[in-house]
Amino acid sequence: MTLLDANLVVDRGAFRLDLPLHAAPGETVALLGPNGAGKTTALRALAGLEALGGGHVRLDGRDLDRPADRTWVPAERRRIGVVFQDYLLFPHLSALDNVAFGPRRRGARRADARAAAAAWLGRVGLEELAHRRPGRLSGGQAQRVALARALAVEPTLLLLDEPLAALDARTRLDTRAELHRHLAEHAGAAVLVTHDPIDALMLADRLIVVEDGRAVQTGDAEAITARPRTDYVARLVGLNLYRGRAAGHTVHLEGGRELTAADPLDGDAFAAFAPTAVALYRDRPDGSPRNTWHATVSGVHRHGDNLRVQLDGPLRAAADVTPASAAHLGLGPGQRVWAAVKATEIRVYPA
Amino acid sequence: MRAAPRRRRRVPAALLVPAIAGLAFLVLPLIGLLVRAPWSTMPQRLAEPEVLQALWLSLRTATAATAVCLVFGVPIAWLLARVDFPGRGLVRALVTVPLVLPPVVGGVALLLVFGRGGLIGSWMEDTFGIGLPFTTAGVVVAMAFVAMPFLVVSVEGALRGADERYEEAAATLGAGRWTAFTRVTLPLIAPGVAAGAVLSWARALGEFGATITFAGNFPGRTQTMPIAVYLALETDLEAAIVLSLILLAVSVVVLAGLRDRWTAAP
Amino acid sequence: MKRTAAALTALALALTGCSGGGDDSETIHVFAAASLTETFERIGADFEADRPGADVEFNFAGSSSLAAQIEQGAPADVFASASPVNMGSVVEAGYAEDPVTFARNRLVIAVPAGDPAGIASLSDLADPALRVAVCAAAVPCGAAAETALAEAGIELTPATYESDVKATLAKVTLGEVDAALVYRTDTLAADDEVEAVDFPEAAAAVNDYEAAALDGAGAPAAEFVAYLGSEAALAVLIDAGFEAPS
Repeated sequence: MTLLDANLVVDRGAFRLDLPLHAAPGETVALLGPNGAGKTTALRALAGLEALGGGHVRLDGRDLDRPADRTWVPAERRRIGVVFQDYLLFPHLSALDNVAFGPRRRGARRADARAAAAAWLGRVGLEELAHRRPGRLSGGQAQRVALARALAVEPTLLLLDEPLAALDARTRLDTRAELHRHLAEHAGAAVLVTHDPIDALMLADRLIVVEDGRAVQTGDAEAITARPRTDYVARLVGLNLYRGRAAGHTVHLEGGRELTAADPLDGDAFAAFAPTAVALYRDRPDGSPRNTWHATVSGVHRHGDNLRVQLDGPLRAAADVTPASAAHLGLGPGQRVWAAVKATEIRVYPA
Repeated sequence: MRAAPRRRRRVPAALLVPAIAGLAFLVLPLIGLLVRAPWSTMPQRLAEPEVLQALWLSLRTATAATAVCLVFGVPIAWLLARVDFPGRGLVRALVTVPLVLPPVVGGVALLLVFGRGGLIGSWMEDTFGIGLPFTTAGVVVAMAFVAMPFLVVSVEGALRGADERYEEAAATLGAGRWTAFTRVTLPLIAPGVAAGAVLSWARALGEFGATITFAGNFPGRTQTMPIAVYLALETDLEAAIVLSLILLAVSVVVLAGLRDRWTAAP
Repeated sequence: MKRTAAALTALALALTGCSGGGDDSETIHVFAAASLTETFERIGADFEADRPGADVEFNFAGSSSLAAQIEQGAPADVFASASPVNMGSVVEAGYAEDPVTFARNRLVIAVPAGDPAGIASLSDLADPALRVAVCAAAVPCGAAAETALAEAGIELTPATYESDVKATLAKVTLGEVDAALVYRTDTLAADDEVEAVDFPEAAAAVNDYEAAALDGAGAPAAEFVAYLGSEAALAVLIDAGFEAPS
């Protein structure tokens, strides 16, 4: 069953957003993409803070925005809760009154609204800070108040705009886990906008990768990390990605190089392999696996316990090596090395 | 108690010298008044019923005029700051007309509109039998006319400085535009509104030209302190000085009291 | 920044005409009551035409303001007051001696053209349905009105006590009042919009206009005061509605 059915079309001069979006009850969908991809515009269009130029927003069987037949429901009459990137807690109201604001506007009596707000603050673990003004809350606390405020209107759809971006790394870890719990408990649908793949992978049931106003890839975390379809996604998940044309076991890459893969495929294809699959040698390796090429080191930096080596040459790629082998090879910028990848390490899938 | 900073940053002379000269320019006339004031006869003069009558009238009318400015000025400021309509620049310029217009001309202009033969005044007189000239309400109208720009300019500035996204946040929580304005925007810009109200009140309190032209001068009804001062000046310089000092003292007390409470940053 | 400040200061000085004071001893500075504006401008021109080299400059304002300015040391050569009271205060302060009366002015009832309310006498003003403006007692026309009303034994509650005679008359011109007590000269200066209604009680409150050369002023100032008594000057004054001094 689909709770949210939307096709978000917004034209803004050179930029055009054209994004189909669906979500089932209880499902969390993440819009993942670089800055300027149109994620926030999509969120604003869903919330009713921006009008569509085309397409539609339909929530729980009711049209909220459909320019074609002039249907428009303003933000204040949509059952949609929003957690804004910098929270936008009302500075002149206490945490409790911030959370009670929504229930009050939806017609609850003052005492009832405050009781509901207190309950929500309790659920995010902030009951003892109920009377603090936002200016005296930490970043993590403010984020939880903002979440409670959005949930207190019992929204059918919950929208979160970079909910963790303003937090420091440590707070982020705790808050992310807690946010995951609340999203799991939320009966309605949720749409999360983020440029952080970890947030998207941890919090969402399904990801939509948005680039330049369009969905470039959709799927669950596993599908997207295993088979990236754009450089952006490949970089996010840490894979070397190439596009070309497969003929049997050979993939002819754009630019003339070839890669040999274990699994055969025909037609337009992506080829991907992990940096850990790349082996580096000072001399041309014996046995000479198919996928061997001469490369120039353009950079070396730490990556976890290993070193990540950027390779220039006929095939630009990243390779992970242990510090010991890096020392053995004497790696440094400008150094010439031989790189090799086993055919079994190369994933090939249709483009 | 916090320890004083060990090293104060030097104030550049290029700022300090004109600042002190400017302050002297503002304060010296006040000192002139204080020096010439007839301190020995001050108590008797203060107790004169006409003085208290004029002072009380001034305080009442200036406060009422400020209320009028708030009721009409805040919505004007909101329109100018938040609604993009054709001719907005022109409207903004028109709002400041009373600042530029000599107050006496403003009073004449008000007569041409609200006077007995005026555009609206003749209709009001015929329909309801009420007229504004020579009434206390007329004083309030004249004061509001000259004081309104101060309020509109302050509040519009505050609105432009306030983050519009709070209004969006309020909308997602179910607040219509009016509720968002009263519950969120207005509290956010309260210091700006208070500053504008204080300026308007001060301007209304000192209002002379438009008031005497539009509302005339009748003790207890339209004779405000500035008018009493002006007339006293004709015969008795010392009385005029006393009246001026009373007006100054009262306004300083009121403004200082309000400023700390309202316009302090939260 | 410094250059900007200097430029702004220079601009302010230039715009206000501030400059080093120059000596213009040929100029006679005449401080005259506002009600003399039109007549004195004509008389001044005649005087200059009569005496080549003489230059008369006027400062018109309420007599009491002028008196206060003179007593605070304003650079005046001649003071022409609409009231002996203000002249008296200047003489008492030692700035002038022996003022001469050069004209008199009489109160009239100013009514809108055509006299719609049918006002014929001072007692008609006591009708509570009428709106009447008078000058405040603190200014000469108000003092005169008070005297005339007392002489006639009439109790009058005006709508307003105006700050000066021109403002009083303006309330008639604007149609805000039905009648006002002002000087005859003012009604004559106001074209066709107002009419003057004479009343006998005005005789009790005739206003004397006095002039005097101030201490330290040169011979031209004394000449100007003397010229005010000439037939030519008197003709201009009478033309404007003043009366000859008795």
